[in-house]
Amino acid sequence: MSTAAAVETRALEKEFGPRVAVHSLDLTINRGEVFGLLGPNGSGKTTTIRMLCGLMAPTGGSASVVGYDVASQSERVRERIGYMSQRYGLYDDLTVAENLRFYATVYGLHGRARTERLAEHASQLGLTERWNQLAGTLSGGWKQRLALACATAHTPEMLFLDEPTAGVDPAARREFWRSIYVLAGRGTTILVTTHYMDEAERCQRLAFLSRGKLIGIGTTAEITAQFGQPTIEDVFIELQRRDEGAIAGTIAGAAT
Amino acid sequence: MRRDRLTLIMMTGLPAVQLVLFGYAIQTDVRHLPTVVLDESRTSDSRRLIATIGNTGNFRIVGDVADRHALRNEILAARAAAGLVIPADYARDLRAGRTATAQMIVDAADPQASGAAMSGAQLAAAALSTQIMTEQAGAAPPIEMRVRPWFNPAQRSAIFIVPGVIGVLLTITLTLITSTAIVRERERGTLEQLVVTPIGKTSLMLGKLIPFVLVGYVQMSVVLGLGVLIFKVPIVGSLPMLYAMAIPFMVASLGVGLLISTVAKSQAQAMQLSFFFMLPNILLSGYIFPRVAMPDPAQWIGLALPLTYFLKVLRGILLKGVSLADVWEPTVTLVGIAMLLIAISVRRFRKTIE
Repeated sequence: MSTAAAVETRALEKEFGPRVAVHSLDLTINRGEVFGLLGPNGSGKTTTIRMLCGLMAPTGGSASVVGYDVASQSERVRERIGYMSQRYGLYDDLTVAENLRFYATVYGLHGRARTERLAEHASQLGLTERWNQLAGTLSGGWKQRLALACATAHTPEMLFLDEPTAGVDPAARREFWRSIYVLAGRGTTILVTTHYMDEAERCQRLAFLSRGKLIGIGTTAEITAQFGQPTIEDVFIELQRRDEGAIAGTIAGAAT
Repeated sequence: MRRDRLTLIMMTGLPAVQLVLFGYAIQTDVRHLPTVVLDESRTSDSRRLIATIGNTGNFRIVGDVADRHALRNEILAARAAAGLVIPADYARDLRAGRTATAQMIVDAADPQASGAAMSGAQLAAAALSTQIMTEQAGAAPPIEMRVRPWFNPAQRSAIFIVPGVIGVLLTITLTLITSTAIVRERERGTLEQLVVTPIGKTSLMLGKLIPFVLVGYVQMSVVLGLGVLIFKVPIVGSLPMLYAMAIPFMVASLGVGLLISTVAKSQAQAMQLSFFFMLPNILLSGYIFPRVAMPDPAQWIGLALPLTYFLKVLRGILLKGVSLADVWEPTVTLVGIAMLLIAISVRRFRKTIE
């Protein structure tokens, strides 16, 4: 494991035609951090994560993840990261065990090492009791837990979670965050996007994105102080209001 | 796959159903057309004509009618598809050395059936004429045309259709099933999940495509086996050559499937696009309808379809036992189309998973 930052971006940029989704992003995430990426819908969170995971090529700037450049060393990056999307990416026709085995194999685990790793992993994440159930028949909370297990079967150094708790009940969310702290306790760096402000407050540091730009970074206390708001939720709502104001301004400007 | 029942049924059930349906239903050879007879001559000569017509196998004499009105009714009621009318002066003309006329009335609502009937009747009359003339002249007929239908002597359409079923089935598997399977993975997010893993894009693609090639080979073997068992389709040529020739065709079809998967946004769309592609394949490739009978534009479209070339090769190997030298032209074209299609689709596919 190198000593470089877990994530480091320099003027990272993504344009979709005339629309700029991510605008000159400079972001550093330290090793072992649980880092929250916040912002209204369409602020560029998912695009940022997709660029960092190598799912999307940046149109400008550079980014390194766990010490490797995402453009030139994408294979190295992919071996060392885990990614869990909003859609979970599970095979509904396979059982819990088969999903885990499949993803572990794709990450190069075989034979006895795989069996042992998965047994330990499943018991840590509490999946053993559903071992032979079809993934398609799992409830939302269990699917989420399985998706997390699949994304971390190869003990990645860094884990990307894109709105992992959208659409699951509060108990499952609490359980999920317990698992995240288990992973963080082992030294895994975690980048998570969320719309739930209670979850944002569980992160060690936060970054706020608005219309593709980084507009605030720091601990919860630092951010609330920076925006002069009592809570993170107020910061969020204030930002959304500004965004809408800016859009309304552009429309008004275009009309005159 | 074991739990994806629908795909499994589609892949294994389809070959059997297609084969039996097409093998039995698409009997383009018309035989035993139910025929009524209006014999106003009632002589040994007229009975000889009736027997000759009946012996062609094209017609099956189902009964006699009293007059033209009754004959019309039989055909209208679809109890008969043809009516043979022998006028009262038939035998008299014949004996007097004049040309005797008889009439074959055919229900031409189905042109394919009636066409065969009409030529059958003319052939029978011509044959009888020569026979009678030789009898009268007491000499051998000056010319005898002996027709020898090669490669499918009984002219059974099943023998023509079964190789086609193989080609059409492979097209279905490799375009429809491949494209919907890939689009489904994209819809469920599993494709994205695989892209973030360290497996390379090439092995990802091969991993997705190779199973379908294997399925294609299984289908081909099933259809071939059933074709030999049920329809007695001959395998004149070399089987290894047949299996080898299937590769460029499968690659081409995979290319189409992959291409569809990059365009379609949902499984339903992928299915629609695949059917849209299937239609010209079934109609214009020569699978059922002979390409030589098509207007030029239809033939040109057919030239763009991999199936057109594969069918030539397939029928050549199965029915005629051709060697590679005989079918090098369609083979080269097929390989060319395959390389072009797979190159385009792989490029597009790589872009979509970026």
